[in-house]
Amino acid sequence: METLNFEYEAKQPLTRRAHVGVVGSGDLEVLIEPPDKPAANVRVRTSVDGYAQVWKAVLDRFFSHFEHAARVEINDFGATPGMVTLRLEQAGELVKP
Amino acid sequence: MTPTEQCTDLTAAERRDRFLSRRSVIEMRARERAQALLDPGSFRELLGPFDRLESPWLPLQGIVPQSDDGVVIARGELAGKPAVIMAIEGAFQGGSLGEVSGSKIAGALALARRDGEAGKPVLPVLLLETGGVRLQEANLGEAVVAEIHAEIIALRRHVPVIGVITGMVGCFGGMSIAASLCSYLVVLPQARFELNGPEVIEQEAGIDELDANDRRLIWSLIGGEQRYETGFADALIEDDAESLRRTIRDLAAQGVPARHRTEAVDDYRRLLAQIDPTGPLDGPGFRQIWPRGAMR
Repeated sequence: METLNFEYEAKQPLTRRAHVGVVGSGDLEVLIEPPDKPAANVRVRTSVDGYAQVWKAVLDRFFSHFEHAARVEINDFGATPGMVTLRLEQAGELVKP
Repeated sequence: MTPTEQCTDLTAAERRDRFLSRRSVIEMRARERAQALLDPGSFRELLGPFDRLESPWLPLQGIVPQSDDGVVIARGELAGKPAVIMAIEGAFQGGSLGEVSGSKIAGALALARRDGEAGKPVLPVLLLETGGVRLQEANLGEAVVAEIHAEIIALRRHVPVIGVITGMVGCFGGMSIAASLCSYLVVLPQARFELNGPEVIEQEAGIDELDANDRRLIWSLIGGEQRYETGFADALIEDDAESLRRTIRDLAAQGVPARHRTEAVDDYRRLLAQIDPTGPLDGPGFRQIWPRGAMR
């Protein structure tokens, strides 16, 4: 298991929270909620070690259009980058005002 | 109430429409199952993901935990009556019960007992999708599963406790005892229900004893239909959320049974006396010895 942390700048506040997914084979769970500080902080716990660059690429892309301040937690059980993107978009849609 | 009985009077077109209008319970996750069973708008989760009551033991062993530890506790109303759903998430760690997930169920059962004792009955429904105790949490898991057993026995004096085994994980280990302790047990044909799982038996006794890869054999021995036909389950239903909701409502309406299955010790002694352990016994053979209705 590897724990990774990322931070992104945010332009808008967040008022809602959402939980999607499950820590099952090839899947992940995403928790997104209003943060304590005005930025987007992401903590990833993944069962597959050594993929920090791939996580960064996937998250960079998501936060290029998601501009809300948020506390995001990801518990990953070997999801592919495509699956991670879908779950992030799903969570992002649920918290949009 | 078997799937075939329910369909015999229908035309082919009606059967097709019925099939297409089904909402598969098997394909739902634990939280969706609880939401599907409770009346719309009444779902209220206790100790949900944002309470972050996750397993403290899994990360220490390099395993990613889940924010609800794989158990969803939901209060709400089922057919207008107060209910608490305890749903195990089969996709997380095989639905195994650790210290936290097991305590959530035991705690929910204890709260339901307190309500029952105060004369405000809450219907407890266990959605079981579990391999049993979580091996990584060893004795803590064993202890909490024992607590669940004790709570079901205390609670079922006040209100019928309803267990459901959907599939595809099944229900094994200490939680198969919990399923047997329930006042009423509902199974789907896809369910498997046994103390020791097929893989465990094959590993311990050899492939000559049981081939765990032989699906037809496994389901003929421990599948939902076999368990229903031999009286170890009270209802066999198709994979549909509305059928499950109605079945739970109807079983709850029957109230606390005069005698629980686990109190029928003499019946089970009579059953065991009929079995010759020196010869082979298959699923159809067992149905002959112990047909549905052989008890009570």
